[in-house]
Amino acid sequence: MAVKKKKPTALKRKRPAAARAQKSNQPVLVMVATRKGAWFLRSDAARKNWRIEGPHFLGNIINHVVLDPRDGKTLLAAASTGHLGPTLFRSTNGGRTWKEASKPPAFAKAPEGEKGRSVNHTFWLVPCHANEPNAWYAGTSPQGLFRSDDGGDTWHGVSGLNDNLEYRKYMGSEQDGTPDGPKMHSVIVDPRDPKHLYFGMSSGGVHESLDGGKTWSPLVNGMEVVEGFDASNIMFHDPHCVRMCPSNPDRLYQQNHCGIYRLDRPGTQWERVGNNMPKAVGDVGFPMVVHPRDEDTAWVFPMDGQTVWPRTSPNGRPSTYVTKDAGMTWQRLDAGMPREQAWWTVKRQAMTSDAKDPVGLYFGTTSGELWASRDEGKKWSCIARHLPEIYAVEAAVALER
Amino acid sequence: MKVLIPSPLFSYTAGKSAVDAYGATLSAVLADLERQFAGIRFRIVDEQERMRPHMRFFINGEQTFDLRQPLHPTDSIQIVQALSGG
Repeated sequence: MAVKKKKPTALKRKRPAAARAQKSNQPVLVMVATRKGAWFLRSDAARKNWRIEGPHFLGNIINHVVLDPRDGKTLLAAASTGHLGPTLFRSTNGGRTWKEASKPPAFAKAPEGEKGRSVNHTFWLVPCHANEPNAWYAGTSPQGLFRSDDGGDTWHGVSGLNDNLEYRKYMGSEQDGTPDGPKMHSVIVDPRDPKHLYFGMSSGGVHESLDGGKTWSPLVNGMEVVEGFDASNIMFHDPHCVRMCPSNPDRLYQQNHCGIYRLDRPGTQWERVGNNMPKAVGDVGFPMVVHPRDEDTAWVFPMDGQTVWPRTSPNGRPSTYVTKDAGMTWQRLDAGMPREQAWWTVKRQAMTSDAKDPVGLYFGTTSGELWASRDEGKKWSCIARHLPEIYAVEAAVALER
Repeated sequence: MKVLIPSPLFSYTAGKSAVDAYGATLSAVLADLERQFAGIRFRIVDEQERMRPHMRFFINGEQTFDLRQPLHPTDSIQIVQALSGG
């Protein structure tokens, strides 16, 4: 059933031209960030055969590796170790060589006598608008938003967020975040307007800025919180992953701690489309993937959210689920995956798509396996195993080597 | 004065486990290390001037938690990474 689309009234932004599919003869680069380093996998044109390269930064915790689509060769990697402070590495030649950022994200020094915050690690990296070359945003743990205007070499805090005392309340304490620290994630730049931004915080809700980050407002209506908590308290909202549809930037999908949601702007009411998932599976999970050219198609990877929240594949039977009607219905896509006794966890950054036609999908498990589908999830195969715990997976057009 | 460097920071010191640095306090020595080996300080001390949780400082074999601690030119400094976890 097709979903009726609301016409924008408040934002009145034009839709971008439909994104073109990646050329069929172009190989795909999959960047895998793990708890012990980064690995790159390069496909042939058909995405049948994969060659693994790495490790890069062996022993470093790599939270995210992202290729800049604006130049196709600049890479940023968010790194830390279990003991040293955080840093960022940059490559301007597709990963052949790396150089450390000279000023990684760091909060401002607090006045004498006040307890200031310190960045534990950079969690999320995203290039800014296509018209802002060399500019990037970074989301950190604890929650902070940073910007670089020189290709990731030096970073400064986005004061409208980091120094906003109201938002500090939404962020809660370090005990209100995930076990490895509260996260700023899902930093999204509207392709029609560089000043139109979104982000998510675990915990702390989904938020929007229309002025390049100077001011922000919560966007949590309709989002549910854990039973017994007050949904009017922004701090209790825990979006896990928010994605904007490239073919329609007025449409957002979200995988939340409490369900799967869709929001069509300029509306402000999230709709829990996860209620349409099979009840035995539920709609808890971490990642959310949207189709690069079809706003009605999105994928999730459900996790078990019962009782003590195992957050493993329900009943030990992993599967992706796809909607092709904006969340009205969902179909199981598990061909090729184990049929039983596979207790996988897939983290919020660890599932993604390429831009080919048909779309390729990729996810990495915390048990170190990388799975791929070259037909939009109809059939899956494992393309790497025995890696460390996978934190993030990104796909891009591979550079010629 | 001599400063012993733990192996996770060798990438900054070109593999040297001991370097020379100078300053009247531990903080000043860290500033001198940063001048010589750009980026090293932020891996050891955070933006609020706090020692990172697993970084430890010993002066002449005695542990200190005070970056303002005065130093003498003959002191030796050991920076230790207290490795833990897997």
